[in-house]
Amino acid sequence: MTVDQDYIIKVTNATVRFNMASERIDNLKEYFVKLVKHELMFQEFLAVQDVSFEVKRGEAWGVVGTNGSGKSTLLKLICGILKPYRGTVDVRGNIAPLIELGAGFDGELTAIENIYLNGAVLGYSKEFMDNQFDEIVEFAELKDFMDMPIKNYSSGMSARLGFAVATIVRPEILIIDEVLAVGDYAFQEKCQERMHQMLEGGTTLLYVSHSIETVRALCDHALWLNRGKMMMKGNADEVCDAYMNSFNV
Amino acid sequence: MNMFVKRLGGFYKYRFLMQQLVSRDIKLKYRRSFLGYVWSILNPLLTMVIMVIVFSNIFNSDIQNFSVYLIIGQTLFTFMSESTNQAITSITGNAALLKKTYVPKYVFTVSKVTSCFVNMLFSLGALVVVFVVCRVVPNVYYLFIPIILLQEYLFCLGLGMLLAQGSVFFRDIQYIYNAVITAWMYLTPMFYPIEMLPETLRKLIVTLNPMYFYMTEFRQIVLNGQMPDAYLIAAGSGVAVLMLVIGTWAFLRTQDKFILYI
Repeated sequence: MTVDQDYIIKVTNATVRFNMASERIDNLKEYFVKLVKHELMFQEFLAVQDVSFEVKRGEAWGVVGTNGSGKSTLLKLICGILKPYRGTVDVRGNIAPLIELGAGFDGELTAIENIYLNGAVLGYSKEFMDNQFDEIVEFAELKDFMDMPIKNYSSGMSARLGFAVATIVRPEILIIDEVLAVGDYAFQEKCQERMHQMLEGGTTLLYVSHSIETVRALCDHALWLNRGKMMMKGNADEVCDAYMNSFNV
Repeated sequence: MNMFVKRLGGFYKYRFLMQQLVSRDIKLKYRRSFLGYVWSILNPLLTMVIMVIVFSNIFNSDIQNFSVYLIIGQTLFTFMSESTNQAITSITGNAALLKKTYVPKYVFTVSKVTSCFVNMLFSLGALVVVFVVCRVVPNVYYLFIPIILLQEYLFCLGLGMLLAQGSVFFRDIQYIYNAVITAWMYLTPMFYPIEMLPETLRKLIVTLNPMYFYMTEFRQIVLNGQMPDAYLIAAGSGVAVLMLVIGTWAFLRTQDKFILYI
């Protein structure tokens, strides 16, 4: 086996197993009933099955597929939130996961406190956040609302703040899961611009979207998932064409 | 061993998150109340006053310096019950966050227990007030008190981790634990002298109840002006370390499955 040092993300035969919610056992009585009936083995559901792909440094991959096809699960696997049931995931580089903007926000805290909290969730240090604070506030354009508890923010406002915090570093791998749908036109443009800047700077991008046009515009490679199985991978345009054609049959 | 070093490294990397979570808990606890942190001192004082009135008038308690006796027990027990109760929901309560970003899961449990610990440190102010009012003279053995608090902190951390991981799979633990705490409170000589109990029960408590170790250590220093018994120090430290090992082991063993159950 030759050692390929080129890749930054390598997913090999990854399978993710979920416990179907209907079979969820979360109280003791149910547990013992099931134990006695020998039904303790849960009914498994494979959200991602046997997916393999390799991403090289600097590539931009789009992930397409219908709802529930395992796109977000795949991203969570790469972030390390989920562990593969079978197979391996090898990631070399720091990741900025944007599975959801402002995941670490607490509604009762003010925006300033939340910037530090969210920065901490993303693994940044205090000194780093001190230095970046002004830039975050400026990018989010929310200077006048900094002392307000986040619970009084609109969804667009907190998305602005979340994106501003999450993208202050230039990570080696940026993972975006259709989070830019909120926010007004001007802000979306601003986000797209920042993403382009990052790509030019050599960041590797993994992008999940239902907007095929954005995938074509932003990505050079694509991966098509259907019910957890990989249908196709390769050139973005070819995969997108095949994916779109599957609806016309 | 390598694993251990790696974990410690992770702990160091996420210290800022830990600090942020602790300060969030403390800030939010009294936000928008007029007296704020003063409540940390006032609350235990008020509870103590009520209990002193109840026990010295109704039950004719004959413990010397009952207020001091009581508030020591009360402070230590409240910390234990509060921190473990918060630890139970520390994983399930942060489900949203755990599903969205990668953060070491123990951070949430450790930060809950730690914020309760900081809150307990504030409430030591209540102890000082009672000591002054009751004219308790400080002595050199007070320097040992931080060790007692550390013992209890480690014990609660271990117990909290054990309960937190358990309640991810069985939410029932949360409710059963309320009953356990109540039983535990009556089985701990918090507001009665240990001598009051029948022989067998007393022996059980003296050998098995960690809260008895911590309270008695503290009381021997303050009320008797002496170094705590070697047996108590050894048992208190031993049970703390043992609990921490059990809790950490159980937590690390199951943590990869949390995501499927929260």
